Amino acid sequence: MSQYRLKQGGRIDRNKSVSFVFNGKRYQGCEGDTLASALLANGVHLVSRSFKYHRPRGIMGHGWEDPNAQIQLEKGAFTTPNVFATIQELYNGLEAESQNCWPSVEKDIGAINSMLSRFYVAGFYYKTFKWPRAAWETLYEKVIRRAAGMGKVPELPDPHRYEHMHAYCDLAIVGAGPAGIAAALTAAKSGKRIMLIEDAPELGGSLLGEPGTIDGAPSDQWLASAKAELDAAENVTVLTRTQVAGYYDYNYLVASERVTHHLSPNTPSKAPRERLWKIRAERVVLATGAIERPMVFADNDRPGIMMASSVMAYINHYGVCPGQKIVVFTNNDSAYRAAAAMQDAGASVVVVDVRAEVDEALKAKFEVHCGAGITGVDYSVKNGIRSVDVHAISADGSTIEGPGSTIECDLVAQSAGWQPTVHLHTQARGKLNWDADRLCFVPNGTHVVNPNTSVGAANGTFGLADVMAEGAAAAKSLLAELSVDVEAVVPSAAENHAFGSIRELWIVPTTHPVGEGKKKHFHEYQNDATAADVWLAKREGFESVEHLKRYTNTGRGTDQGKLSNVNGLAIMAGARGLTVPEVGFTTFRPPYTPLTFGAVMGQTNDDTFTPARQTAMHQCHVERGAVFEDVGDWKRPWYFPKHGESMHDAVQRECLAVRQSVGVLDASTLGKIDIKGKDARKFLNMLYTNNWSKLGEGRCRYGLMVNEHGMVFDDGVTTCIGEDHFHMTTTTGGAARVMTWIEEWLQTEWPDWEVYATSVTEQWSVLSINGPKSRELLAELTDIDLSSEAFPFMSMREGNVCGVPARVYRISFTGELTYEVNVPARYGRYVWEQVFKAGEKYDIVPYGTEAMHVLRAEKGFIIAGQDTDGTMTPMDLGMDWIVGKKEDAIGRRSWSRSDTSRAGRKQLVGLLTQDPNVVLPEGTHAVSRVLPAPPMDMIGHVTSSYMSPNCGRSIAMGLIKDGLNRMGQTIDFVLMDGTSVPAKIVKPIFFDEAGERGRD
Amino acid sequence: MAHFSVFSLVRNALNYHKDWPRQWRSPEPKSHYDVIIVGGGAHGLATAYYLATECGITNVAVLERAWIGGGNSGRNTTIVRSNYLWDESAALYDHSVKLWEGLSQELNYNVMFSQRGLLHLAHSVHDMQEIGRRGSAIHLNGIDSEFVTPEKVKEMVPFINLNCRYPVMGALLQRRGGTALHDAVVWGYARGADAAGVDIIQNCEVTGFKIEDNTVVGVETSRGDIMANKVGVVAAGHSSVMAEMAGFRMPLESFPLQALVSEPLKPLVDNVIMSNGVHAYISQSDKGELVIGASSDAYTSYSQRGGFNVIEDTLQAICELYPVFKRVKMMRQWAGIVDVTVDRSPIITKTPVNNLYFNCGWGTGGFKATPGSGNVFAHSIARGEMHPVAEPFSMFRFHSGALIDEGAAAAVAH
Repeated sequence: MSQYRLKQGGRIDRNKSVSFVFNGKRYQGCEGDTLASALLANGVHLVSRSFKYHRPRGIMGHGWEDPNAQIQLEKGAFTTPNVFATIQELYNGLEAESQNCWPSVEKDIGAINSMLSRFYVAGFYYKTFKWPRAAWETLYEKVIRRAAGMGKVPELPDPHRYEHMHAYCDLAIVGAGPAGIAAALTAAKSGKRIMLIEDAPELGGSLLGEPGTIDGAPSDQWLASAKAELDAAENVTVLTRTQVAGYYDYNYLVASERVTHHLSPNTPSKAPRERLWKIRAERVVLATGAIERPMVFADNDRPGIMMASSVMAYINHYGVCPGQKIVVFTNNDSAYRAAAAMQDAGASVVVVDVRAEVDEALKAKFEVHCGAGITGVDYSVKNGIRSVDVHAISADGSTIEGPGSTIECDLVAQSAGWQPTVHLHTQARGKLNWDADRLCFVPNGTHVVNPNTSVGAANGTFGLADVMAEGAAAAKSLLAELSVDVEAVVPSAAENHAFGSIRELWIVPTTHPVGEGKKKHFHEYQNDATAADVWLAKREGFESVEHLKRYTNTGRGTDQGKLSNVNGLAIMAGARGLTVPEVGFTTFRPPYTPLTFGAVMGQTNDDTFTPARQTAMHQCHVERGAVFEDVGDWKRPWYFPKHGESMHDAVQRECLAVRQSVGVLDASTLGKIDIKGKDARKFLNMLYTNNWSKLGEGRCRYGLMVNEHGMVFDDGVTTCIGEDHFHMTTTTGGAARVMTWIEEWLQTEWPDWEVYATSVTEQWSVLSINGPKSRELLAELTDIDLSSEAFPFMSMREGNVCGVPARVYRISFTGELTYEVNVPARYGRYVWEQVFKAGEKYDIVPYGTEAMHVLRAEKGFIIAGQDTDGTMTPMDLGMDWIVGKKEDAIGRRSWSRSDTSRAGRKQLVGLLTQDPNVVLPEGTHAVSRVLPAPPMDMIGHVTSSYMSPNCGRSIAMGLIKDGLNRMGQTIDFVLMDGTSVPAKIVKPIFFDEAGERGRD
Repeated sequence: MAHFSVFSLVRNALNYHKDWPRQWRSPEPKSHYDVIIVGGGAHGLATAYYLATECGITNVAVLERAWIGGGNSGRNTTIVRSNYLWDESAALYDHSVKLWEGLSQELNYNVMFSQRGLLHLAHSVHDMQEIGRRGSAIHLNGIDSEFVTPEKVKEMVPFINLNCRYPVMGALLQRRGGTALHDAVVWGYARGADAAGVDIIQNCEVTGFKIEDNTVVGVETSRGDIMANKVGVVAAGHSSVMAEMAGFRMPLESFPLQALVSEPLKPLVDNVIMSNGVHAYISQSDKGELVIGASSDAYTSYSQRGGFNVIEDTLQAICELYPVFKRVKMMRQWAGIVDVTVDRSPIITKTPVNNLYFNCGWGTGGFKATPGSGNVFAHSIARGEMHPVAEPFSMFRFHSGALIDEGAAAAVAH
């Protein structure tokens, strides 16, 4: 055992030694240690280098407030940057190293920045690195980037997993210190659903660092019985190692549970690494405690300068006294209790108190320098702290007086008062009041949006008995709001320390004017900002607290300024001659402590990130060797290459087969919406540009949908199934959008219409059987009369296909004789296989989306979203025929707007390259005149372009300015490499212009 | 104005930086100005700067409700690019990029503009068609634009998971795209404008307009009435509220848009990488934080808070595309209010009230346009005629139907 590990006391197990490695050196700790307590037990203070100046930094605190002790944990796939050593529980074999230093934390090249610190003040980079212009990117920024940053990102994928948990409760209690536990004990009796959420591995909060006597017993005993009682209560859920990091509207708490952080990452475990809790609570108790504030004095950032309460916590909680000769530096009473704990642990203690008058009872046990402050620290990396300089401080606090003295010591424990942990309170939109007696912001108690109550130290109440009474009372009154009456259970505490007095002294003067000379007065440790930087900010006009925060980076580190914020704005208040509340407070933003991306991501991983949608026939396509394409969330067969076939060859073969014999497309992904109700027909008339008044039962019609601007956004065929009953189809990618569109209109504009729309996309499997042999083939499989007379083009018949009930639609996207066979989804695979078995003799082929695109382009059929882009009217597409004569329809009025009705708009045309073998790349623009180099005046672009085997040449469609009036003209398309391709404007139809094949 | 340079920095260091003057004054408002700009964000300050330095109008006030740069100027993800589809947009945004390219020198303020290259990933055949068309248009507009293969993407971004749920099929690269430091832009323009004579007045809320004969003659503020010959409103998310005060409607919807940063990390992400397909965009600040933009919330709101579900979606996408970031932590998260138009293009315009001008509707992408927006707006106000680059962005395009639909090119899926 080292000289720093106490022989007894603390909650660690001295019999269970834990071995770990820090910066390559092996150390021993105990079970129950954090990495920080184990390092302190081994006499290690220096753990990191600061961000900007690369100054040596040590462990200051014992929780999330610590700005310095952030290390890179583990190596390889498990490596994790910026881990708080004060939080990380020790496990056997733990390996950690310091960040942001090279070659080592002791000898860090970056420390050269510290020598230039006089130059590197707040905002220095705005003033320089501007010349020469190119050097910013080629030199300065590169150097700055390399020097900045803290930990390193793992290079390997994370082997661990994460999960989400949703919870609902009547009362959530955040923080299981004395106030939170008292609240929980009271609430437990209510029978309501209670959650008690604690960040530490065990309950107790401040009692772990500063034990007391409760209900006549040592607080450790009381904690054990309270825990047993809460564990036994079925209505109470106790979470430990769980940090409530975010407080969102309507009492929505986001908390992160560190499930396996305390175990070696190599431990085999089925548990996730972290679990993100999303909790909706009727009422919330915030019992989050308070954070001790550091003094701003000369060289106050040296390793070995710690918070007084943290030193006490290391003694009482971890059995470590991090120094043997300790100077306690304070402006208030609370540090004397810490000093007593240090003395009890065997350390010699000298108190330096900036107050001229200190209560005699407090002073009795110690050597106390009243009205004095620390004015310098003798520190070296090799020897640590050896002494501090102390001077008397003038009554107004601005200067030192007298000759001063030196006190030998190896540790400084400091306290400048307390700041309630109000982060969650302000995240919940709570406001703050400034308590001028205790020098801290406290919650103002009113909650408009999110009903919660802050209790205990989080509410500026510090005496143990008062804290517990407040916790119990809050639980009682919040439950009363939920109409539950419980009796407050108030444990009786022997201790109830008064707050006492505190001296307002935001900067401790030193031998030189602050900001001059070598000594630095830090208020923001992680980002290296000093009192002088705050003054510079003020001088340069950055007076608003938000400007101060941004200009000096105060509170913008991973610690979110838990130690620095109040000091920073108090120094600004002093500089501006205002009070602290007049300067104001910056907004606390979530998360309170950093949240792991993986935890926020949860179990949504790989296959579960927007799960792929597959049709019922998917496996058929896999077996036939399909290459799939992502269309929205769907996986659709793109093409079906046979052995060694290229995509081009496969698509050409599929296209020929469809027009020569028979091909089948899986069209199940098309959006399908069932529309019913007595106003359904009226609704379709509004939704589509054309007229639906006379569509008879069993008949199909193609429709275009336009938005309010009159611009086409989707299309499809809708069929009249029966009176007041229609089956609508949409594009695959647009299905959800159309459904939303329908609901929006029905709910906001026509709520009185009787129309019911139901998405039935996944209820049907659809086989689109195309080609001259399709009738022959289908006839073998169905009882439906397929003759043209009985079953004409653009109609639907019901019957059986392969013995399965089916709706067959005679509609076509290829221009061939086509039957779209719709069967209940679960029969899809069976019917597909039956069709292919029967089709063998016709050389049936499956075809994919690419062939579908080519085939429809041969016919000049548009694809909404490819040949349209939200700026095309039906008239622009040359589809005037689809604009019905009717009173009104969505978007119709917009066509009369001046720009929408003008001549010369871009219009859809066909394009034929001069060289039939050249396929224009889609997206290529045409120009009015080819110039040697851009810019050139663009007149349109290619929307669809393919090699068509059925036309024996390349074909394309495009949107060209005034295209409909330019038929026969040749225009030039310019490729990215500068070459131009001439193409002739033609009608956008390249095959079977008369349209006879599909109607046969 | 104190000149900023390494020499002045050293000289001031000798005196412990005690002689630096204010970067901008804090004057009392005068009773009358030639031009009042309402809104002390980057666009408003840039407008004032160019009015004073390029248009010869120096009797200008910028009125800011709270502190300058506190709205979207200080809440964005600092991306600069001009890879837009339509000619009108290309002209506007590239005008801006060209101004960015000399801005640190012009303002004598290092705005840390860094053309680290911007990749726009394509994840489907449809995405490939989209970047194909847009890349061609950008190229022919004389703006740099390159198609890159997935292999090249992997070379530039070695930690990317090309075979994610929606595999990366290619990308559009704009090498002149990059980032700048948002706060520095605000402060640099403020300092430059102030030096040219502009009064920057913080904590001065405009509560109404003084309008006579359908002509604006001044504004009512929390610090009294201030008269002006012309008024330019640059109030982002609150523009529609301002328009209502002036008696007309502005076709805007305001949504919360969230962003987040990670803890500071050693440099890894050299470029700006955007993906509409899995909806994730990311860059790394000079300080080492990963800067990540989320989607806008689904519902309109003026509260600068968004739903946590949006953050979940965003980090799911980030971890899908970049699995190495799973153990990285989110340090800070916030929201701004974005004013969105129906065609996702801004409004730079005259209004139904004479001498009253509006500049708004930048939606999710206003930061990149700061210099260009301020520049063309300043010239438009000065001349009383819209600058040719600004002309197509008139609010009256919603009457004529001449929309500039950048829905496809806008980074954020709405």
